[in-house]
Amino acid sequence: MKKFSFLFASLFLLAACGPTAGGGASGGGNKTEGDTIKIGMNMELSGDVSAYGNAEKEGITLAVEEINEAGGVLGKKIELIEKDNKSENGEATSVAANLTAKDKVVAVVGPATSGATKATIPNMTKAAVPVITPSGTDDSITVVNDKVQEYIFRACFQDTFQGVILANFAQDNLKAENVVIIGDNSSDYAIGLTKSFKDTFTGKIAKEETFTAGDKDFQAILTKIKDLDYDAIYIPGYYAEAGLIIKQAREMGIDKPILGADGFGDEKLVEIAGAKNVSDVYYTGHFSEKAPATDKVKPFVDAFKKKYDKQPSAFNALGYDSVYMLKQAMEDKDSADSKDITEGLASLKDFVGVTGKMTMDKDHNPEKSVVVLGLTEGKETSADAVEPK
Amino acid sequence: MEVVIQQLVNGLFLGSIYALLALGYTMVYGIIKLINFAHGEIYMLGGFMGYFFINKLNLGFFPALILSMAGAAVIGVVIEFLAYRPLRKSTRIAALITAIGVSFLLQNGMIYWLGPEKKSFPQAIEFKNYQLGFIQISNIQILILVISLVLMIALQLIVKKTKMGKAMRAVSVDADAAQLMGINVNRTISFTFALGSALAAAAGMLIGLYYNSIDPMMGVVPGLKSFVAAVLGGIGIIPGAALGGFVIGLLETITIALGFSDYKDAVVYALLIIILLIRPAGILGKNIKEKV
Repeated sequence: MKKFSFLFASLFLLAACGPTAGGGASGGGNKTEGDTIKIGMNMELSGDVSAYGNAEKEGITLAVEEINEAGGVLGKKIELIEKDNKSENGEATSVAANLTAKDKVVAVVGPATSGATKATIPNMTKAAVPVITPSGTDDSITVVNDKVQEYIFRACFQDTFQGVILANFAQDNLKAENVVIIGDNSSDYAIGLTKSFKDTFTGKIAKEETFTAGDKDFQAILTKIKDLDYDAIYIPGYYAEAGLIIKQAREMGIDKPILGADGFGDEKLVEIAGAKNVSDVYYTGHFSEKAPATDKVKPFVDAFKKKYDKQPSAFNALGYDSVYMLKQAMEDKDSADSKDITEGLASLKDFVGVTGKMTMDKDHNPEKSVVVLGLTEGKETSADAVEPK
Repeated sequence: MEVVIQQLVNGLFLGSIYALLALGYTMVYGIIKLINFAHGEIYMLGGFMGYFFINKLNLGFFPALILSMAGAAVIGVVIEFLAYRPLRKSTRIAALITAIGVSFLLQNGMIYWLGPEKKSFPQAIEFKNYQLGFIQISNIQILILVISLVLMIALQLIVKKTKMGKAMRAVSVDADAAQLMGINVNRTISFTFALGSALAAAAGMLIGLYYNSIDPMMGVVPGLKSFVAAVLGGIGIIPGAALGGFVIGLLETITIALGFSDYKDAVVYALLIIILLIRPAGILGKNIKEKV
């Protein structure tokens, strides 16, 4: 009996060694063979934040089609392999492993959210395949414990940057001296936003309240802050809860300006809050037609409207840019192998995308402009492009 | 002080929704000793039915409310017939697990059919705010409270004054004896499910109107909390469920108001544990020694 279990154990060990040994032999990362360049997509196509994943998928698909119609990259067509991570971190991890080990993609776009992207870091690093998250804004995606993650890049700005911009916007544009923070403390995204805002804001934080994702009733919190003395409310969180907070606050008669980050950037925000309640609401966006960052914006908007018959959102634009960043990285290095794409992305310089002109800094974060969008009755009525300082 | 009273008022509305849901749990438990974990999903279906009746059929809020209550009643009866009736003679754990299965089936079915995104519930009633002294109340909050109270009183009347109510009480005491006395047990149980489901659907529509957002997973947390409410009040006792619902709503609001919003769910479950330790039969429950 003992002999048998030993035999089984060694078989298991051998089996476990197999793929790792194979991966090691190829010198790290996947190589492009044949006439197509395989790019993976690890997206939230269902689940809590599927609105982001599906929007980015549209942008990614459009970019891939455009590139292929124009002859591809380095003479090869791009083959997009789409996978759904169901908005779950665990699922995102296995999708990452699947794409790199089974489908042998040379690069991955996604996941869309910070938590899911962070969950995929170990797998992507082990496989030595570069990944661009279009909208994962958490700082610790690209830098963990002061160490830059070699294979992780992003197409968007990071949270600290957003928090800083919002704090400055509150001080300079809204002339706010006292701010109330109502923050989601169940997501890395919102916690990072809260911290960077508090670090930058020189005025007073009149009150700080927290909620968790999925909460629906904010009457108790809003009743507490209603009679306080403050100039603006800062809501680091996603549109689902922010929409409810805006609705309940406005219905309760709270008419102070409301500030938020890119998690507000979805039409569901206005739907949930009710258009008439969404006035004096500002949020940092990656993209606006009103304040076009580059001259790529117009052709992108036209192409997008033609294909999907609607206006592109920031998430459409970020998905679109991610694919073109990969294209430029491949062209810069004249290679479509994982190793070269990684180097190309790390040294990306003056890349002109629809969400701005970007240069990758040493921490794998693009330096680019930020747009602060203002909403009145649910419509975009102001857009200020803010250049990085 | 004013803020405290306003907070208590806030808790009352939340509580009335939990109370409506808890009634369904308590009735079903009272009659066949089953914890119907699919009850939260009936609440979700009620919200979605209201959404379709108002959006697609252009009905007003009240006709839509009555239709979705009727629709949920039918669904409740069908679920009982297909999923629970065949297991009535099986162990209680088998029925419980089936109930959890039905709950997942409904959630995932709705996600498959309509997608997981939040939908904005049509605002069929124009929002208005009233100032009563220093207390601020909206017409929708008043509506929630009034509809809940009317439904609770109606339920109490049905159970206490009608023949069907008498049959329900008889079956809950001893189903076999009731059958010997000529009561149609199956019909009585179906009727109980219909009543409970209709109340849950009303709660679902009211919450949709109040928060303007419904999604296929919306029934999970309120379902669990109103189950706690039913146990808290004394499971199987109708006024107990209503009381439990209000207690949970108030407790949750007070917890948030005191600045412990991260622990609001924990506080609700902690209260459940405490009640089970010091008064296992619930607030209104009688301490009857069970034969083991």
